[in-house]
Amino acid sequence: MSGDTIDWITVLIAVFGGAIRVGTPFLFVSLGECLTEKSGRINLGLEGNLIMGAMAGYGVAWISGSPWLGVLAAGATGVLLGFVHALLCQQPRVNDIAVGIALMILGTGLAFFLGKPLIQPSAPHLPALHLGDWSDNPALRAALEINVLFIVGVILAPAMAWFFRSTRWGLAIRTVGESDDAARAMGLHVNGVRMLATMAGGFLAGVGGAFLSLYYPGGWSEGLSSGQGLMAVALVIFARWDPVRCLYASLLFGGAGALGPSLQSVGVTWGYYLFNAAPYVLTLALMIAASSTRVRSGMPGSLAAR
Amino acid sequence: MDKKMSKQHDTPVNPKRRTTLKGLAGLGLGIFAGGFGIREASAAIKKVTMGFLYVGPRDDYGYNQAHFEGKSAIAKQSWVKAVDQENVPETIAVQKAMESMINLDGAQVIFPTSFGYFDPHILKIAPKYPDVMFLHCGGLYDASKHPKNVGSYFGYIDEAVYVSGIVAGHASKTGKLGYIAAIPIPQVLRNINNFTMAARSVNPKITVQVVFTGGWSNPVKEAESANSLIDQGVDVLTCHVDSPKVVVETAEKRGVYSCGYHADQSKLAPKGFLTGAEWNWSKVYLDYATLISKGTKIPNLVRGGFKEGLVKSSPYGKVVSAKARAHADKVRAQFMKGDFVVYKGPIKDNTGKVVIARGKEYGQTDIWLESMDWLVEGVVGRTKG
Repeated sequence: MSGDTIDWITVLIAVFGGAIRVGTPFLFVSLGECLTEKSGRINLGLEGNLIMGAMAGYGVAWISGSPWLGVLAAGATGVLLGFVHALLCQQPRVNDIAVGIALMILGTGLAFFLGKPLIQPSAPHLPALHLGDWSDNPALRAALEINVLFIVGVILAPAMAWFFRSTRWGLAIRTVGESDDAARAMGLHVNGVRMLATMAGGFLAGVGGAFLSLYYPGGWSEGLSSGQGLMAVALVIFARWDPVRCLYASLLFGGAGALGPSLQSVGVTWGYYLFNAAPYVLTLALMIAASSTRVRSGMPGSLAAR
Repeated sequence: MDKKMSKQHDTPVNPKRRTTLKGLAGLGLGIFAGGFGIREASAAIKKVTMGFLYVGPRDDYGYNQAHFEGKSAIAKQSWVKAVDQENVPETIAVQKAMESMINLDGAQVIFPTSFGYFDPHILKIAPKYPDVMFLHCGGLYDASKHPKNVGSYFGYIDEAVYVSGIVAGHASKTGKLGYIAAIPIPQVLRNINNFTMAARSVNPKITVQVVFTGGWSNPVKEAESANSLIDQGVDVLTCHVDSPKVVVETAEKRGVYSCGYHADQSKLAPKGFLTGAEWNWSKVYLDYATLISKGTKIPNLVRGGFKEGLVKSSPYGKVVSAKARAHADKVRAQFMKGDFVVYKGPIKDNTGKVVIARGKEYGQTDIWLESMDWLVEGVVGRTKG
């Protein structure tokens, strides 16, 4: 329980490293959800995409020997689930929340069923960039072992913000998300745009799953996701539908997840239940904060309308 | 239906035949099941049918795999028919699974292996099938309260954990060991304490850093704990979670040693794996099967450690020194003889309080040890969050 400065620096490093390691799946799922919600639809099924992606990615990486093929397979699985979601939701009087929950359960169950033979084998992992080789501190070196997928995510967040702001397609998605009528008046195919946005969002969530099984913590097991897919949905609200804020929020959630273990490992032995629950407490706090009207400012119109 | 059938047969009859009849009457499976039943009954009267239920996947490199390996070992015997079901939640689902094993497969003995299956599920189903034995893995059975056809079996795996602690104590250069545990319940604390005392018997300066993850299966938190501990200079990791796979793999990736738990994880860490504490359920299950086939009454309570063959150590890894092997083998031999007492005073807890006074000792079977709520000197951690 000694409070020397060195200990606190290691906690900071661990939280920083954890933010990146634990935060990456949040980042991909929240970017995917952001894209889908911008088009005016909520896909709660991304938890299912995440788990299916983790399973499919691991399986394909194991069979093919290439982790990158695994990532692609994970994304493709996500696209497929996104397609099913969009297809069901564009039928009259179908509620997207209910479909999302159904797909979440379907995805999870299917992944458990198909993933049975994948628990034992060891698939190749995604490579990491060793950005900390200059440092003598092993903790810092470990924290700076950064996976390529995280870097892709970091680039993707501002790119997506730019896409929404400055491209025709981005405008089309935003219009569809704001108002069906306005979009139709502009000659946009509302269901088509939503379908594409949901499929692309599903792709990203699937890739997030591949990060879990092919990099951190690595391996396929049925307890792999502890609700990251669902928390990422809450995170989008916190980020006010802004992809760059999704990045910050993911890092915050990732860091919160790393806080419990790292505090205990330096000898802060009190309150571990509280610190372990930090990400969930954070989710709850964000939900309360998000229910204030001020936050709704960034909300796509057709989501706010219900 | 089942209750009525049971009452009609108060005298012992061939249990195989009865359960088959029951299944037949209850489910109306008709000619197929009837033919099956007759063939079986006449072919081998002593054939034993055993049913196993696991709470998680069969191949989790952990708790459930240990039971599955036990089941697979006895299934090789020609006179044993072993049926199993994995991923059975601790809900009414386990009652249905048990009943179907009894009614459809004719199981004479059921092994519901998860802690939470006992109350209320086993207690509810057991009175309905007085000729079927329900043997629960864990310490919840109480002869004064529970039905006669219920029993329990459990191993003193902390003996094997003690041996792991010896090997870990020899391997560590930094003098810092890491223990990733789910929640601070007595069984977990006892393992941590054994590991710590064993390591400190090698080098009294050793400390064991504990991280409680708050759940039995949370791979991300386990990986994060492993990384944080390694960042702190821990060079041997072990754990008490359902599947040690993530911890052992992370240790290997970061180049530190690891000790396994539940099952054999040596394949996951060819470089840094030292040894591990394993259950030896195949021995227990085979003993039960032999008793049933002979028609002997099954004991309601089975306990034991190394001596009784209920636990074992994983094979030593390549990196384990000859000195460490000799020391660990010596301690194991003492456990085999049954004269090794781990909890021998004076023992202080990690707040400095004397918990076991000089001259006092608690043997392996002492019930006092089963309510352990303290961590021994040398552990960095707290039992209350």
